[in-house]
Amino acid sequence: MQIRPILAALRHHKAGTLLIALQIALTLAIVCNALFIIHERLTRLSQPSGIDEPNLLVIHNGWAGKPQEGEIASLMASDLDTLRKIPGVADVYATNTYPLNNVGIAYGIGHSPDKLKPVTTTAIYLADENALPTLGLKLIAGRNFRPDEIGQIGLHGDTDPSAIIVTSALAKLLFPDGSAVGKVAYISAKPSTIVGVVERMRTPWVDSSLAKWADCSTLIPYRPLTSASQYVVRVQPGQLENVTRHVRAMLYAANRMRVISPKDGVQTFADIRAIAYNSDRGMAILMSAISTILLIITGAGIVGLTSFWVGQRRKQIGVRRALGATRHDILSYFLTENLLIGVGGVVMGGVLAIALNMWLMKQFEMDKLAPGYVLAGVVTLLLLGQGAVLAPALRASNVPPVEATRSV
Amino acid sequence: MLAYYLRLGIRSLRRNPILTSLMVLAIGIGVAASMTTYAVFRAVSGNPLPDKSTQLLVPQIDIWGPQSRSEGRDMPDALSYTDAMALMREHRAARQTSIYPVNYTAIPPDASREPFSVSGYATYTDFFPMFEAPFQYGGGWGAAQDAAHAAVVVISADLNQQLFGGANSVGRTIRLDDHDYQVVGVLENWNPHPRFYDVNNSDGFSDPPDFFLPFTHAVDLHTETAGNSNCYGSSGRAPGWDGWVQSDCVWVSFWAELPDAAAVQAYQSYLQGYGAEQNRAGRFHWPANAKLHDLMQWMDYEKVVPPESRISLLLSLGFLLVCLVNTVGLLLAKFMRRSAEIGVRRALGASRREIWTQFLAEAAMVGVSGGVVGLALTGVGILSIGLVFDPDYARLAHMSPELVGLTLLSALVATIGAAFYPTWRAARVQPAWQLKSN
Repeated sequence: MQIRPILAALRHHKAGTLLIALQIALTLAIVCNALFIIHERLTRLSQPSGIDEPNLLVIHNGWAGKPQEGEIASLMASDLDTLRKIPGVADVYATNTYPLNNVGIAYGIGHSPDKLKPVTTTAIYLADENALPTLGLKLIAGRNFRPDEIGQIGLHGDTDPSAIIVTSALAKLLFPDGSAVGKVAYISAKPSTIVGVVERMRTPWVDSSLAKWADCSTLIPYRPLTSASQYVVRVQPGQLENVTRHVRAMLYAANRMRVISPKDGVQTFADIRAIAYNSDRGMAILMSAISTILLIITGAGIVGLTSFWVGQRRKQIGVRRALGATRHDILSYFLTENLLIGVGGVVMGGVLAIALNMWLMKQFEMDKLAPGYVLAGVVTLLLLGQGAVLAPALRASNVPPVEATRSV
Repeated sequence: MLAYYLRLGIRSLRRNPILTSLMVLAIGIGVAASMTTYAVFRAVSGNPLPDKSTQLLVPQIDIWGPQSRSEGRDMPDALSYTDAMALMREHRAARQTSIYPVNYTAIPPDASREPFSVSGYATYTDFFPMFEAPFQYGGGWGAAQDAAHAAVVVISADLNQQLFGGANSVGRTIRLDDHDYQVVGVLENWNPHPRFYDVNNSDGFSDPPDFFLPFTHAVDLHTETAGNSNCYGSSGRAPGWDGWVQSDCVWVSFWAELPDAAAVQAYQSYLQGYGAEQNRAGRFHWPANAKLHDLMQWMDYEKVVPPESRISLLLSLGFLLVCLVNTVGLLLAKFMRRSAEIGVRRALGASRREIWTQFLAEAAMVGVSGGVVGLALTGVGILSIGLVFDPDYARLAHMSPELVGLTLLSALVATIGAAFYPTWRAARVQPAWQLKSN
């Protein structure tokens, strides 16, 4: 192949060559990292919460006028009753928080009562015997809470349950060598027996800084006696919209000394998920937009510069054609030339991409760039270069030999 | 002569409309991406109280000891009730306040209206002058009312609008949960970005608070914090409210106003002494350890600027850089194509300086057009920030005259910067060579 003459010709266009290579390098560095960020964010977006989101809605209820704890217990019991009677409602329970809510309680959980060296941090969900069926959690060992185990807890009450249900991830951390059911763990100074293990339930937080224990949740058998609490409602399939629309009015009809915000007091999990992952989705959109436009601009830049070179070399091309070079020779000349520049660019870009990723890792707790992304970026940019150069190269191959005889 | 060069420039740019619009678009998009992300970044990273941010300080006290700081955790970012009250009592700062967020339900006097949730802060009298809260009517409560645990309240302009139709409501009462409060002041619309005095509980950019009331009164009512509370270990906490306020759980924010570096120094050693005293009293079993952060250091410590904002600003700047490299290449091609023309002009007596002026003028036109395109795209970008960033951040960024100026200026400067090398090459064209070759 005619690589040496191409290199010789490129030496006459040092600046242009360098600029294209530089542009390819920078584009590669940015696009690789942007793709990687997109992948990271999309992975987070698609993490399952472990609960049956499509059939769930949440009501944020607050009592007005600060009722006493005893009063709250009966108000709540009657609310749960009202909710159960609404057509389309399958099950309901009251709790402090739920997955994707970004608000909640976290405790250390461990093997000693003082908890000065906990095994891990765990999210605490208040639950009753209806929590598992409402949320659609899969019990993989042990049993559900019994109705007689369910206590009530007000502000600053003692959270020292004798029975708890944990997620399988947490069970494995606590007892790596065998079944956790029947064993004792400490979330307070008193021992709690693990009575059941559910397959999966994420903590309320989506923040990546808490990702280390994102699957470590504990359900404790209490009803909240606080003036603000959440009702999680499971609806029969297809009834979500209907129940969501009417549930607020029905609760107000039963008792109006309450606050359920007309704006976001009743939320489906589609809403909750959208809010929880707003910034992740936003980053994915922004990075995709930047990458796409960047590739277009780089492609267009290559078309522009190559077109100029073709225009400049029409006479030489004519001479070559007159001396016997085929159209194919001319075409492959420009394609090879672009490939050489492209290879130079992606080598530089690969190094830049890794450097940029290392810097981002240091600054933003990002993960290490997987080599696949650099490889995908390299292939994309080389193909982009070849695609971009095709039109000007075809125009070059159409230069007639007679061009050699024309002046100017 | 400049007018002539501008005319020449237009002719030249018109000759390759595709190449020209590619350059203009590249610069426009690059500048718009950078400016939009910059607008968000500036909105979330600004200094909320520039005139006294170095005088407002937040202490951290090592209440749990070195053992609690395993796994990269730091000292707690709030104080326990015990420590906050000790600092309040000893009163070593010029001004000082403890703060914690509270939620109540407001019960409108008109029984036909539904109760609604309100959020606010329990704090002390110094809060208002310390943080320069502007009043529409009345003012803050006094130290005597703090001491008397008085049921008084300062409400926001918004709550005043909802409850009293915006009238001067000083002296009237509002009902929060099961208590009445006398309104002593109505604030103007005031919600610093970030809401620096509460960044340890919130992201700092949420809706403004509805009210402020005396900390002493809120504690009397056993009002729960609506923010974070953190406990370490499980020993030694009695149940109930008394157990809660006596515990080593942290949930109270504390701010001190210290007028100068000497006062900061003195306060630092006071805190150190406080820790040593607790150590002697047998409460802390480790050497005293305390830190002081001024306002901006605290914003940094609490990572108030969302990482998304920084990453997107950086990648947008990288994007602009690629657009500029692209422009350098295209301008170089464009200018060198006119070597013959340059040769003729030089041969006819034009100096290098004339060539410089001519080509930079042409580049400036690309820059200005890029700026105009960039401005339009920045407008589109600002409108669609909500798609990409949290709505709390998105509503802070808007098109300001500064942003317009900055957009145009950066497009112009960037383009002229990009044109330097191509122009230098153009000015170095040897007239003789060009004339000969033709």
